[in-house]
Amino acid sequence: MLSTVLTALPADSDWINFDVPSLMQNFWSATFDGLTFGAIYALVALGYTLVYGVLNLINFAHSEVFIMGCYAVFFTLSFLGFGPSAPNLGIGAIILNLLLALIAAIVASALTAFLVERLAYRPLRKRNAPRLVYLITAIGASFTIQYLIFLWRGPLPEPALTMFIPTPIFEVFGTIIDSQQIIIVVAAVIMMVVVDQFIRRSRTGRGIRAVAQDPDTATLMGVNKEKIIVTTFIIGGVLAGAAALFYVMKIPSGVQYNGGFILGIKAFAAAVLGGIGNVRGALLGGLLLGLIGNYGQILLGSSQWTDVVAFVVLVLVLLVRPEGILGTSLGRSKA
Amino acid sequence: MSTIDGPTPLPGAKASQAAADRQASGNIPGGSADAVRKSGWFGRWSEKWRAMPRQKQWLYLIVIVVIAYLLPVINPPILSTEPGNDFPLALFSMAVYALAAVGLNIVIGYAGLLDLGYIAFFAVGSYTAAMLTSPDSPFFKIPYLWTIPLAILVALCVGVILGIPTLRLRGDYLAIVTLGFGEIIRILATLIPAMKGQVGFQNVGRPPGMGPDGIPIFANSNGTPWYWLALTILIIVLFLAGNLERSRVGRSWIAIREDEDAAETMGVPTFKYKVWAFAMGAGVGGMAGALFAGQVGFVNNQKFDVVTSIMFVAAVVLGGTGNKVGAVLGGAVVAYIPLRFTAIAEYKYLIFGLALVVIMIYRSQGLLPARQRLLAYGHIAYAKVRRTAPIAPAPVTEKEA
Amino acid sequence: MGAHSEDVPVPEDFSAAEPGAVAVSEAVAEAAAPEREIDVAVGDALVEVKNLTIKFGGLVALDNVSFTIKRGEILGLIGPNGAGKTTCFNAMTGVYKPTSGQVMLEGHVLNGMKQHKITRAGLARTFQNIRLFGEMTALENVVVGLDARNKTSVIGALLRLPRHIREEKAAIERGMALLEFVGIAQDAGSLARNLSYGSQRRLEIARALATDPKLLCLDEPAAGFNPAEKEELMALIRTIRDDGYTVLLIEHDMKLVMGVTDRIVVLEFGKKIADDVPHVIREDPKVISAYLGEPEDDFA
Repeated sequence: MLSTVLTALPADSDWINFDVPSLMQNFWSATFDGLTFGAIYALVALGYTLVYGVLNLINFAHSEVFIMGCYAVFFTLSFLGFGPSAPNLGIGAIILNLLLALIAAIVASALTAFLVERLAYRPLRKRNAPRLVYLITAIGASFTIQYLIFLWRGPLPEPALTMFIPTPIFEVFGTIIDSQQIIIVVAAVIMMVVVDQFIRRSRTGRGIRAVAQDPDTATLMGVNKEKIIVTTFIIGGVLAGAAALFYVMKIPSGVQYNGGFILGIKAFAAAVLGGIGNVRGALLGGLLLGLIGNYGQILLGSSQWTDVVAFVVLVLVLLVRPEGILGTSLGRSKA
Repeated sequence: MSTIDGPTPLPGAKASQAAADRQASGNIPGGSADAVRKSGWFGRWSEKWRAMPRQKQWLYLIVIVVIAYLLPVINPPILSTEPGNDFPLALFSMAVYALAAVGLNIVIGYAGLLDLGYIAFFAVGSYTAAMLTSPDSPFFKIPYLWTIPLAILVALCVGVILGIPTLRLRGDYLAIVTLGFGEIIRILATLIPAMKGQVGFQNVGRPPGMGPDGIPIFANSNGTPWYWLALTILIIVLFLAGNLERSRVGRSWIAIREDEDAAETMGVPTFKYKVWAFAMGAGVGGMAGALFAGQVGFVNNQKFDVVTSIMFVAAVVLGGTGNKVGAVLGGAVVAYIPLRFTAIAEYKYLIFGLALVVIMIYRSQGLLPARQRLLAYGHIAYAKVRRTAPIAPAPVTEKEA
Repeated sequence: MGAHSEDVPVPEDFSAAEPGAVAVSEAVAEAAAPEREIDVAVGDALVEVKNLTIKFGGLVALDNVSFTIKRGEILGLIGPNGAGKTTCFNAMTGVYKPTSGQVMLEGHVLNGMKQHKITRAGLARTFQNIRLFGEMTALENVVVGLDARNKTSVIGALLRLPRHIREEKAAIERGMALLEFVGIAQDAGSLARNLSYGSQRRLEIARALATDPKLLCLDEPAAGFNPAEKEELMALIRTIRDDGYTVLLIEHDMKLVMGVTDRIVVLEFGKKIADDVPHVIREDPKVISAYLGEPEDDFA
């Protein structure tokens, strides 16, 4: 279809322009901004990857787990008096407020993840349902939550909130890096390192890896599979909650009933890019996808291209290297 | 079922009594032909249907088809969606949904692949029809009816292009890639100027013919001829899908759904048949899209959202995955309910989303489960077995594979 | 709702056999695969396994194993648990890619071919843990196997072209003949998942035979059978061989292996330790010591 359209296009069309000069000019700002988005993708991607590793299931409802976190951030900050213009607060007060919002988001997301697992997936596991049934349930759960929010909040995005005005911190290659970018990237990376270490070193982490590798043997060896699965969902929820705070920080007008959908697909693409089931792969894939998306956006001239670029990346990865860049599964990652 | 099919020489009255008992209890012995799981009223109904002589089946079919054609004329009071919505147009919409559901059923129900972006193929079909007939389009123009086969072809090709990278992998990837594609097609329609974004294409073509009053027969507001066209296409597609089902193609699909590795080991080229299933589903979706574009007469990027894909999945699941008659009913119901009960129309996405989860948890075979017939001449063999075999003891129905 | 055609003449007599009985007749195999060339140079090498090595990471599952399977024989492949029998089997049928070495069928190299192509080349198998298509009837299961030899295209099926009709009719006839051959014709219309365990095992054999193999590989076909059923199975395997098929049998039950095979290859720790006729294998000290650690195998 696309190709027929392309060949039949009038010669003067400029709908797809490879604006290389613009990319060169904005290369570093695109890079830093891309890394910021990438960090958010990575946090969400980790939720997909962990559940996929343990259950071999794409948890389509994870995008709603994420968006519930966004709503929690929105309501908490609204309650605390944040509005469209930047709050007139000291830095300490802002940090405190954001921490409150973070906790609210984590609770909301983790609770959603827990409920989805309990209400939708567990009954299926009990009767050993085929894969197709899991997938349909997953998409049904995602859809249900989305339209519950829709009925509650309506079709429009929530009004934008400004958490703080990003201040320039330092300059690299002639490009200013602001406090917002630093907060998001540093916090996300720290969280992912914590999760990585948790999975590698803790007792529960060993359990997660054991279940990912071979659920039956793990059960025989005394691992409580059900508990591990719930834990995995909750960890994914916690990370999605954190991602929600950063997402609302970065895109204040992004809180909308279906706002998780595209981000969910991008995050999944990131997980596949890095190697699904692989914790470090999720980080790598997220950052890469953030960069590719941003470069693509500038190169092609519209922000909507990021979605198309992410999708094309997903298909190309599946075509060329379906196991992703880092490849190894959750179960095989070394202790 | 078996025992009421013509003369059945049973050895001794005892055996016939035993058969009658089993008949009464609704427990069909596997020893006789066509063992079917117990499946409520629909299962019993479909068993009764199978037990009917050929001629009687045809008779019933003809009556049903005639009633279906007459529906917009009769406009039965309770069924009717009026005054809220024009009934013939509602029927057209139901037929288009049914058509899409039959196509999607090939992908989900037969081959066991989850396509969550079916709307994309529907959109491809719509745009094919619109861009080749609307005066707003810079392309060459062809008569509307020609765009229907062309829409099938274009959608089929898109299906192949999308299927090849994903179908080599596990089914989950297909689900996410199609889900993404369903959204991407809308964005592309916005970004590519030739597809005219929200402005879209007005005056999409229609089949030829003028009424006595100088108004085209296939006017946008005249639902009845459009419904008849869609219904006719639906019936043809059902026949062809039935042909595929009872052939090595259908058997390969079901074998893939049941156990892909075993199917490959039995010489089924699984990848090839998965691509075929996906592409055929896409083709039918494209056809439904072309019909839709013709009736509505206007195509733009707002008409195809991913949620409609999920409604198609709900139609298939509701009807019982793998059951093409069920898919027709499921598609019709999904389209009908919001049009008939306008008070709850607002909640339709929630209702059907929830229905997906609830059905999967409590009744994953769907509301109307039916087993596929996979042999063109199977009834002959089964009838032969029935006649000659001694009544076997009821099968031990233990372990599920 | 369908395009059933009018009644077609009922094919040859395939009335159900007595339950459990093994119908022995050349005619049955003829009906199952009429185009097959039977008894071409019995005793020639049909399959050659050459220096087959398979490594999983650092683990050597199969170490430089070579043996030949001669046309028309029943070859037993035995060994203690973990000796590499199933690995060898999977390498032959294309599930695993060998690290090195070759599997050749009639001089054609099979490694690297897709599984369905290997099946079409003439190598069919059954599964240790039964893997039938549960929601299909027994007859449909067998016809899936027969489809490996059918040539109807998707278009042909869609439009019911003459070849499709011809093949469908022939498939019914051959499918019933095969079911009769393995003794479960009376269950033709039952869903595979509703069949008894024994019937399921028999159906797997019928389905594999339906692909018209040059070599039929049976992976522990007697697992879970009682002695009487094993006896029947042995008779069935012999009949299959007598009808001109070559059989590779993986089996744990020594009595069954000794009773039915013409030659036995013994694996231990991924290496071949013996390859001879059953009565020699029975006396082979290496084989006996390999099995000593496994008292649960009733080594007859």
